[in-house]
Amino acid sequence: MNAKDPGPGKQKKERLPRQPMPEQPPRERIKNFREVPLGYTVEQAMAEASRCLRCKKPGCVPGCPVEVDIPGFISLICEGKFFEAAAKIRETNSLPAVCGRVCPQEDQCEKGCVLGKKWEPVAIGRLERFVADYDRTYGRFEMPAMDPPTGKRVAVVGSGPAGLTLAGDLIKKGHEVTIFEALHEPGGVLIYGIPEFRLPKEIVNAEVNYLKRLGVRIETDVVVGKTVTVDELLEEEGYHAVFLGVGAGLPVFMNIPGENLCGIYSANEYLTRSNLMKAYLFPEYDTPIAVGKNVVVLGAGNVAMDAARTALRLGAETVRIVYRRSRQEMPARAEEIHHAEEEGIIFELLTNPVRFIGDERGWVKAMECVRMELGEPDSSGRRRPIPIPGSEFILETDMAIVAIGTMANPLIPSTTPGLETNRWGYIVTDETGRTSKEGVWAGGDIVTGAATVILAMGAGRKAAKAIHEYLMSK
Amino acid sequence: MFEIVEKKQLAQGTICMFKVMAPRIARKTKPGQFVILRANEKGERIPLTVAEAHPTEGWIRIYFQVVGKTTAMLSLMEPGDAIKDVIGPLGLPTHVEKWGTVLCVGGGLGVAVLYPVARAFFEAGNYVIAIIGARTKDLLILEDEMRAVCNELYVTTDDGSYGHHGFVTDVARKILQERKDVKMVMGIGPVPMMRFLCKTTEPFGVKTMVSLNPIMVDGTGMCGACRVRVGGETKFCCVHGPDFDGHQVDFDELTKRLAMYVPQERMAYDKFKAEVGAGGGR
Ligand SMILES: Cc1cc2nc3c(=O)[nH]c(=O)nc-3n(C[C@H](O)[C@H](O)[C@H](O)COP(=O)(O)OP(=O)(O)OC[C@H]3O[C@@H](n4cnc5c(N)ncnc54)[C@H](O)[C@@H]3O)c2cc1C
Ligand SMILES: Cc1cc2nc3c(=O)[nH]c(=O)nc-3n(C[C@H](O)[C@H](O)[C@H](O)COP(=O)(O)OP(=O)(O)OC[C@H]3O[C@@H](n4cnc5c(N)ncnc54)[C@H](O)[C@@H]3O)c2cc1C
Ligand code: SF4
Ligand code: SF4
Ligand code: FES
Repeated sequence: MNAKDPGPGKQKKERLPRQPMPEQPPRERIKNFREVPLGYTVEQAMAEASRCLRCKKPGCVPGCPVEVDIPGFISLICEGKFFEAAAKIRETNSLPAVCGRVCPQEDQCEKGCVLGKKWEPVAIGRLERFVADYDRTYGRFEMPAMDPPTGKRVAVVGSGPAGLTLAGDLIKKGHEVTIFEALHEPGGVLIYGIPEFRLPKEIVNAEVNYLKRLGVRIETDVVVGKTVTVDELLEEEGYHAVFLGVGAGLPVFMNIPGENLCGIYSANEYLTRSNLMKAYLFPEYDTPIAVGKNVVVLGAGNVAMDAARTALRLGAETVRIVYRRSRQEMPARAEEIHHAEEEGIIFELLTNPVRFIGDERGWVKAMECVRMELGEPDSSGRRRPIPIPGSEFILETDMAIVAIGTMANPLIPSTTPGLETNRWGYIVTDETGRTSKEGVWAGGDIVTGAATVILAMGAGRKAAKAIHEYLMSK
Repeated sequence: MFEIVEKKQLAQGTICMFKVMAPRIARKTKPGQFVILRANEKGERIPLTVAEAHPTEGWIRIYFQVVGKTTAMLSLMEPGDAIKDVIGPLGLPTHVEKWGTVLCVGGGLGVAVLYPVARAFFEAGNYVIAIIGARTKDLLILEDEMRAVCNELYVTTDDGSYGHHGFVTDVARKILQERKDVKMVMGIGPVPMMRFLCKTTEPFGVKTMVSLNPIMVDGTGMCGACRVRVGGETKFCCVHGPDFDGHQVDFDELTKRLAMYVPQERMAYDKFKAEVGAGGGR
């Protein structure tokens, strides 16, 4: 926001460049599923931290959806107090090891950093990741302050970042918390969607175990709406409040001819097979996944990048991102696009699929595309892509992954009378997450549509506060 | 963990029955619904129909045919062992009402899937005619159980070793020719059987429902692995089905999609057989 306040005597430090992140080299990493960035060493972290001007009116903090005390934790790093730095972040962000890795920092905290005006912004995400990893590796588990039991019971549906954050907040307030998760493992998209090479599952498991040690109960294999309904939780199982953090789980397809051919996946299926079911370790794990030679991925968000890079690691020879707009409009994080390019993913921009062509066994063998050009801006402010007549061409492919977005899963709304949804099926709430149904809150992707980890966590936090007030006033 | 409390081998060991403790699921299951289970930590998620559910005792009954690695592995489990994950009940229950006369047709393992449905039709006051078939006498399952929930039962074997010599569809055609009051046909079995049954009933204009079995992963509408084409539209079998109007189903596409992982499945099964053979255990 402002460069007014660099603090006396700190200007010289601006000259230190932003510390690069050590990474697995592209040629090596496309052959394994290990994490790509390797993390800062203590020296690198301290050097990077020393770049921060510790602004009195920091531009970075307002950019963070949960307002992490960024200059505060960075000061602690400078003093070598890494555990204290981690505790500082945890005051507002319960998943720092995750956020340090997956937040779109360039659009959030780092965007507002004053150093970014003239130089490069402080690598806030990398520092956050550093202290969280340090704390997880060397720290001793200390029970946080816990309020005395209130006798109130809260059911949390879904164990993604929204549900996990809310569960952590409410258990500390003395409430009894049970998370119900439809899949066999907790973590939501952090487990089934984001690949190991970007977010090691060990980190998510550590966070889940932390919650368990605080006393949160987790019942996996429970599909709310099927195994038990929201009303049954409230009326028969004695929960005083329910939080719905069920994500935006329904895959969207293109609705073009040939889309059900073998070898065509939704990104959800492809990533679930690979991440949750560990198909990349087949046959050690039982779930199979098709290995494409010439793979196309439709879409250009984070999900598309993850699918493309997974396909490469599973053994594809070429992987193409096919996107109907231009590079500027690609919704993925800059770092993901950069990593994908380094790994050799090809970008077919301003290109739209028209139909899939199959062979006699029902497998996809080609995709017909049309080239696009950008016209007038549409309602989202992005220039609308329009097909160029006569520019159709055939792209040979034996696997396609559709990553053009998700929709709300109707399972819970359709089995919960009195729960209001909007015309896209997302649950309607006020700013605290309160729904139209007494005792029921919601937050995360099921309210906003597909968004980010940190926004889902923020929603969980707000709802936790509101639920706490509701329970204590009853 | 979901404990197996009873096990039975049928059809010369090719089909296995488990009674599994799953109280939440047992309370909610209706005829036609299924569960997804995962045998162990490294296991695949596979769908199996609930053939019976006991809401107060908290168990469900499943039947499965040994066709690949997961079902082979399951068949080696014993009472007292536990299945890692059981999720359900999934899918829409079979639509049950009093139509009058209904024809229930089941082939092979499909008879186990048909059983709860036939029973529901019967209990709803329908006149239930059932035709069940198998390749040969020793592979026929649940004859007595089926007999108890229908008004007329016909049995067929492909080799003529028991009952009518031929296919279930032969008998179905005959019945449809002889009596004009059949309001609904429900067919469950291998895909070729269901496809042929739909061809058989089409000229009679009788509504024919089939229970489809595409490959699934989550079973909650999240992945789209289970998409099937019905009446020219893509449906997710796990949430819109598994029952569909058979005259609208694109069986060709279903058959091809079911074969998507055949090489991997064969490899996994062979590897498993080699391991079990060599190690002599699980
Ligand atoms: C591949 C991929 C990559 C992404 N990359 C990034 C990134 O780099 N940075 C970023 O900030 N964001 C990223 N996102 C988005 C981010 O992951 C989501 O916005 C966030 O996870 C939403 O959190 P949530 O808690 O709302 O729901 P989710 O994480 O979706 O979790 C919902 C959970 O609820 C469970 N559930 C659903 N229905 C039921 C039910 N009926 N009963 C019980 N449980 C149920 C689901 O199984 C799931 O576990 C990515 C998303 C994907 C798919
Ligand atoms: C709704 C539904 C209900 C079913 N009910 C029953 C039942 O009650 N009893 C029974 O024996 N079988 C049932 N099936 C089929 C059963 O799921 C498969 O036989 C089983 O998955 C085979 O697993 P496998 O590892 O032993 O064999 P594999 O070697 O993996 O597969 C053998 C064949 O089974 C099919 N198959 C494989 N994986 C899956 C999967 N994840 N989901 C669905 N099909 C798959 C494929 O066509 C494959 O070629 C049902 C399927 C569906 C969709
Ligand atoms: S939580 Fe995300 S946005 Fe906030 S400071 Fe950390 S990395 Fe930046
Ligand atoms: S990170 Fe940037 S904006 Fe924030 S306190 Fe440091 S120098 Fe200032
Ligand atoms: S099995 Fe995933 S959507 Fe049906």
